[in-house]
Amino acid sequence: MTIRMTINGRDCTTDANPMTPLLDVLRESCRLTGTKYGCGEGECGACTVIMNDELVMSCLVPVMQAEVATIETVEGLARMADDGAEILHPVQQAFLECGGAQCGICTPGMVMAGVHHLRHPELAPDGLAEALEGNLCRCTGYSAIFRAMERAAEAGRPA
Amino acid sequence: MIVSNAVRYPTYVPATVAEALEQKAGVANLLPIAGGTEVMVMFNEGLLAPCPVQSLHRLAPEWGGIREAEGSLVIGALATYTDVRHHPVVRERYPLLVEAARVTGALQIQNRGTLVGNIVNGSPAADTVPALFAYGAQVRLLSTRGERTVAVTDFYTGYRKTVLRADELISEIVIPPPADGARHYYRKVGTRAAQAISKVVVAGVRGRDSVRLAWGSVGPTTLRTPKTEAAIASGADADEAVATLATEMSPLDDIRSTRDYRLAVSQNLLREFLKRTSPGG
Repeated sequence: MTIRMTINGRDCTTDANPMTPLLDVLRESCRLTGTKYGCGEGECGACTVIMNDELVMSCLVPVMQAEVATIETVEGLARMADDGAEILHPVQQAFLECGGAQCGICTPGMVMAGVHHLRHPELAPDGLAEALEGNLCRCTGYSAIFRAMERAAEAGRPA
Repeated sequence: MIVSNAVRYPTYVPATVAEALEQKAGVANLLPIAGGTEVMVMFNEGLLAPCPVQSLHRLAPEWGGIREAEGSLVIGALATYTDVRHHPVVRERYPLLVEAARVTGALQIQNRGTLVGNIVNGSPAADTVPALFAYGAQVRLLSTRGERTVAVTDFYTGYRKTVLRADELISEIVIPPPADGARHYYRKVGTRAAQAISKVVVAGVRGRDSVRLAWGSVGPTTLRTPKTEAAIASGADADEAVATLATEMSPLDDIRSTRDYRLAVSQNLLREFLKRTSPGG
């Protein structure tokens, strides 16, 4: 079966086997290698992307279930300014400023979980710790990640 | 790349329930998947024996919802943990389901996994199944031959064994309303709050003169403890109840915990249940 998706605003079709994890299609077919392969069993959150406005582990989504879905990955977050310069998403900018990335493997998944949390705080009633509980940082740099998220939330708030 | 052998899993993607049931009746060893949070783990690790796979995602319009019917709550086969957590009627009347869905996996898993998947997977460590036992839930099984309804407490016949027949799919869960004034208790004990598989999980409902207690990770299936329930209902104190519990629960040692730890924790949880749900408390 041919599967159609919209990835970061662009139409995309794949003839990958329907059971192929969405993660593999993103990384191998679309060459969007920002999304990371961590554990392959839905435990670590490194492969987190946003699918139809919901946070998912892309290693656990067989690509057939992504048919006609809208997928957002870390590559789609930054915007282009009028002068062509890249403007990072406030969550990315805050990670940069607060040292929210150490080795970097968990960062794209953390950022996607953070972006989703700022959009839908009501889905994690226990707050940031709940919003990020599906994402592991094996450098254990959680304090800086939390500071980054607090700064991003602050930046997004009207003055 | 995770996958090299996807070819060994021919896929079926039914567009209607009728088509899904035809396929289930006609294709041997057909494995249905809802959100994939269990099957894909096995698949990615190369532990899923080659088999035809049936993805139910196109049935969401028919099977995705949560509704009320004749006073009962009806949870469709494709309703997710997230759907359960945020449904106003579930929040108001079935707090154990909200708590159980909250401690299953993390948001990413809750957005894809389903309660019916949690039931049919058959793990004795399932986090929502004790809540369904405690509420006296029924499961509706459909096939091209017709439909039947089974109490979730009768669904399991042994470790990962169920009464589900080869041609059947679970279409929905039906849960009667808890008694007015009933007190609800749920507690999961694992290595961490999120993403962990339970060492012990318990759900309890205490009405004026009835008690239902259901436990996970302490036997080959989710189980009730009828002697303990009866003792509490007839006025036993905490020491007597805890002693009774030890006579009808024999957990195992495994990679996640030990028999002794599980029994001790279960007894402590029973004491907490009694305290929290005490009619005068």
